[in-house]
Amino acid sequence: MSSNENKVSSTLLAGLWKENPVFRLLLGMCPVLAVTAACKPALTMGFCVIFVLVCSNIVVSLMRNLLKPHLRILMFTLTIATFVTIADLLLKAFQPEMSTALGPYVPLIIVNCIIIGRAEACASKNDLLISIVDAISMGTGFTITLCVLAAVRELLSTGKIFELTVLPTVEAGGWFVPWTAMMLPVGAFVTLGLGLAIVNVICKKKQA
Amino acid sequence: METVTTLLLAFISIVIVNNLVLTKFLGICPYLGVSGRIDMAFGMGMAVTFVVTISGTLTWMIDNWILMPLGLEVTRYICFILVIAGAVQLVEMYLRKFFPMLYESFGIFLPLITTNCAILGLCLFINLWGIDSLVEAVVLSFGAGVGFTMAICIMAGIREKLKFVDVPDCFAGAPITLITAGILTLAFMGFAGMIK
Repeated sequence: MSSNENKVSSTLLAGLWKENPVFRLLLGMCPVLAVTAACKPALTMGFCVIFVLVCSNIVVSLMRNLLKPHLRILMFTLTIATFVTIADLLLKAFQPEMSTALGPYVPLIIVNCIIIGRAEACASKNDLLISIVDAISMGTGFTITLCVLAAVRELLSTGKIFELTVLPTVEAGGWFVPWTAMMLPVGAFVTLGLGLAIVNVICKKKQA
Repeated sequence: METVTTLLLAFISIVIVNNLVLTKFLGICPYLGVSGRIDMAFGMGMAVTFVVTISGTLTWMIDNWILMPLGLEVTRYICFILVIAGAVQLVEMYLRKFFPMLYESFGIFLPLITTNCAILGLCLFINLWGIDSLVEAVVLSFGAGVGFTMAICIMAGIREKLKFVDVPDCFAGAPITLITAGILTLAFMGFAGMIK
């Protein structure tokens, strides 16, 4: 029993740092680059991914013994597509402005490598509990990473975090000159590149 | 005459101004993954162009001729992903039977394309932009493939040179590639506003 508990807690922590999907595994880069211009869409996107990841991991884990190997990927994709449709409809109903802001990036969760990767690497081999814990851990790691990147970009491009003013801009009578470039695609690539480099430095320090 | 101009503008806009990789962040995984060598990048680009043209056309037909008249828009995403997976499978079988040489050269890239978000992304964008003629949808799909090929080949060219550069340790690999990609998008920003 204790070994099982160990496995649960180590799975829970893995997604946050050691196997962080964005910084360590380099999975799901498209949404990371596309929705991190501001914090609010990033957080919404993160919650959508957690929802889809948990639901699809539950279903995949439950049907893992019924699947023929060559139909596996197709079944995973269909399961994920179903839950993404549900998430998209929920978002349209309760958060219409976020839904328009995220646009096609919500349905694009279907082809997000994190979800199909976890279904293949974890849920199709483990029981229900571990699969759910893994989904929550990976989803949270993804969401936190998105929010950190989005916070950096939003702060530098508008002087705000979560639409609350942190650095007063020149236009509003303050001193901060906004970096418009951080809002553009170039900001996304460079922020992520620098983030990866910082993570590399920290890992090297830890090993040494 | 009018339509030819429209189509030409649509093609240029999807290849350069609204390039899926550099402005919409679609297909980043292969863009970073297979852009190490220029010949592999070109192979990937050709395979994607092939599949995206077929699946863009098919999804437009299904969306406009089947799903919309029947009011089944809810199942759109499931249909799209099935069409893409099916198209990849079909292309693979067809090539293996009739063009074994081409099949050999595509190799591992064909099955990988199913999970390339540029393809599903393009199908969704065609729907989002409300494209209402079949010809325009075909042109846009083909243009998206050409744009992807161009972006990935430029990137591969830069990375072949990057091998000989002394990069700081912590930047080696993915980080420097991302920063290079960022500078490349900055260059493509110059085209923004050229075509509405």
